[in-house]
Amino acid sequence: MAIIVDNETRLVVQGLTGSEGSFHGTRNKRYGTNVVAGVTPGKGGQDVDGIPVFDTVADAVAETHANTSMIFVPARFAADAIYEAVDAGIRTVICIAEGLPAHEMLRIYAYIRPKGVTMLGPNCPGALSPGKANVGIIPAEIFSPGSIGLVSRSGTLTYQIGHELTQLGLGNSTIVGIGGDPIVGSSFVDVLEKFEADDETEYVVMVGEIGGEEEEKAARFIEAHMTKPVVAYIAGFTAPPGKTMGHAGAIISGSSGTAEAKKRALEACGVRVGTSPTEVARLAADVAGAHA
Amino acid sequence: MDLYEYQGKELSRRYGIPVSEGRLATTPDEARAAAEELGGQVVVKAQVLTGGRGKAGGIKLAEGPDDARAKAEQILGLDIRGHVVRKLWIERASEIAKEYYLSITFDRGAKKPLLMLTTQGGIDIEEVAEKSPEALARLHVDPLEGFQPYQARRLIYGAGIDDPNEQKQVLALVGKLYEAFVGCDAMLCEVNPLIVTPQGEVKALDSKFSVDDNALYKHPEIAEMRDLDAAPAEERAAREKGVTYVKLDGEVGILGNGAGLVMSTLDVIALAGGRPANFCDLGGGGDAQGVVDALEVIGADPQVRSIFFNIFGGITRCDEVARGILQALDRMTIEHPIVVRLDGTNAEEGREILAEASPPNLHAEPTMLEAAGRAVEFAR
Repeated sequence: MAIIVDNETRLVVQGLTGSEGSFHGTRNKRYGTNVVAGVTPGKGGQDVDGIPVFDTVADAVAETHANTSMIFVPARFAADAIYEAVDAGIRTVICIAEGLPAHEMLRIYAYIRPKGVTMLGPNCPGALSPGKANVGIIPAEIFSPGSIGLVSRSGTLTYQIGHELTQLGLGNSTIVGIGGDPIVGSSFVDVLEKFEADDETEYVVMVGEIGGEEEEKAARFIEAHMTKPVVAYIAGFTAPPGKTMGHAGAIISGSSGTAEAKKRALEACGVRVGTSPTEVARLAADVAGAHA
Repeated sequence: MDLYEYQGKELSRRYGIPVSEGRLATTPDEARAAAEELGGQVVVKAQVLTGGRGKAGGIKLAEGPDDARAKAEQILGLDIRGHVVRKLWIERASEIAKEYYLSITFDRGAKKPLLMLTTQGGIDIEEVAEKSPEALARLHVDPLEGFQPYQARRLIYGAGIDDPNEQKQVLALVGKLYEAFVGCDAMLCEVNPLIVTPQGEVKALDSKFSVDDNALYKHPEIAEMRDLDAAPAEERAAREKGVTYVKLDGEVGILGNGAGLVMSTLDVIALAGGRPANFCDLGGGGDAQGVVDALEVIGADPQVRSIFFNIFGGITRCDEVARGILQALDRMTIEHPIVVRLDGTNAEEGREILAEASPPNLHAEPTMLEAAGRAVEFAR
């Protein structure tokens, strides 16, 4: 089954004719993702590597029954692109674009939640269900199919951990990058809920970092609602307060959002937390071994 | 991006929030001239991007121009929590009958703006929240609905402000502050204290604004307020070169690709018994120019004694990164030992390329943990 992206995914790429959009859109298609359309206003009627381009998302949905959109437009056009996708009936929006103003994201979040739309990002690497579909910029070569759900606020750190899992002979059901911004479409809890309900996922690895309180909320959710084992990793123990560490959302404000507090919250709820990417992969292997 | 008090007040004034008249000064003579223009008693206030100015002696009352000059001399150059005072805000002194607190913050947890008002102003708000939470009125605003006056009324009643004249002024002020919060794409608008004068006039005695970096393209006039000289020299150089860099105070220089991986790299250095000198994210690419720029910034930090180059190849392949590193080393001289860890896509090819060229101060290690240990050893 996997989550968020799978064989049922019919993808429209907003910004397909741009350099990043065409590079990753065609890469996703070669992986086997069902990329049915692109949208670039004014370029309707063209195609990119055989993928038809439409002027509007509504046209693309009408013609191709696209159900998922990947946003590859510049930040200042991204909010508009997300509203356009949702209003055209798209149910899953994956926003790779980074640099969206946080206030715009607040309004988008308030708009899409009551509609039940699933959104990943902004500023995220996307989602990959090995062997089924890849939507975004995750390098699929380093992952293999399996039963571990992987959810993370970061890109390369996720690849590092996925790579270590692969070397230990462990595969993934779905790898989900939720994004590094202060406000993102899906929280850890949203994704954990999906993994709990997914019959292909048996264990979960959660990769958090400093800033916000979503890891703490996830800890409480895991304790109360998850039957599947979860192990975690938190980055940023050495980060100083008040400094943004690369991701707009990775900032310790006052005394809140520290890695130490997140680790304590997770451990208090029975979640084992690895001290390095290597150790968290080993913890996952332990859990998988114990359940095998 | 955090703004100085005087910048926050300029924005406040733009949105119709009452503030005292003042002038900016960077020398004692300018402070004197400002006091002369303003007339009467003035307050000389250090402009620094940190709290605790009052306790550190950064805010002083002056009786007139000469006194303002003397006070300015005392405050300029003060070190307040690592921030050296280079600018002063000279403001007409206010009589204070009451001190309140008003703020709008960006509540990440609730994903909504949060309004807070209390009559216990002038002190640390986290303390109020902890010791007397009932005194702090809090209310979220739905970002789609926007601010409605009833919300300010609830805050005012909740905080226990019962003078009708004050209620009216605070009601208007909350609305204007919310307009500023949204209008400036602020992450924080804090007025502490919000004062009531003996004559019953309500105004913002201080002003703390922080604006979303991602929204600065919409607000060029706010973007220009950035004080480039306030950051450490290394961070300034990094900004000019477009390198994502944060100065820390250790000895192991860090360079990696991707914010999460770099944060993790800093932690692994600490686990190995060392101290990271910086955070530096190359981003997705590993082209030679990006590597040169980053190494120049890291190498300029006199505390750095070794450099740990931690790359996980995804779509950017490790062989490309290895070539980038070699080209970079051709173009510049780095005296420090560099430990390189390449893993992921085409890692073998990348390592071979480095082994063949084998520059004298470059050491390749296969894993992140081993590389971290080596980099820490070199820094000792």
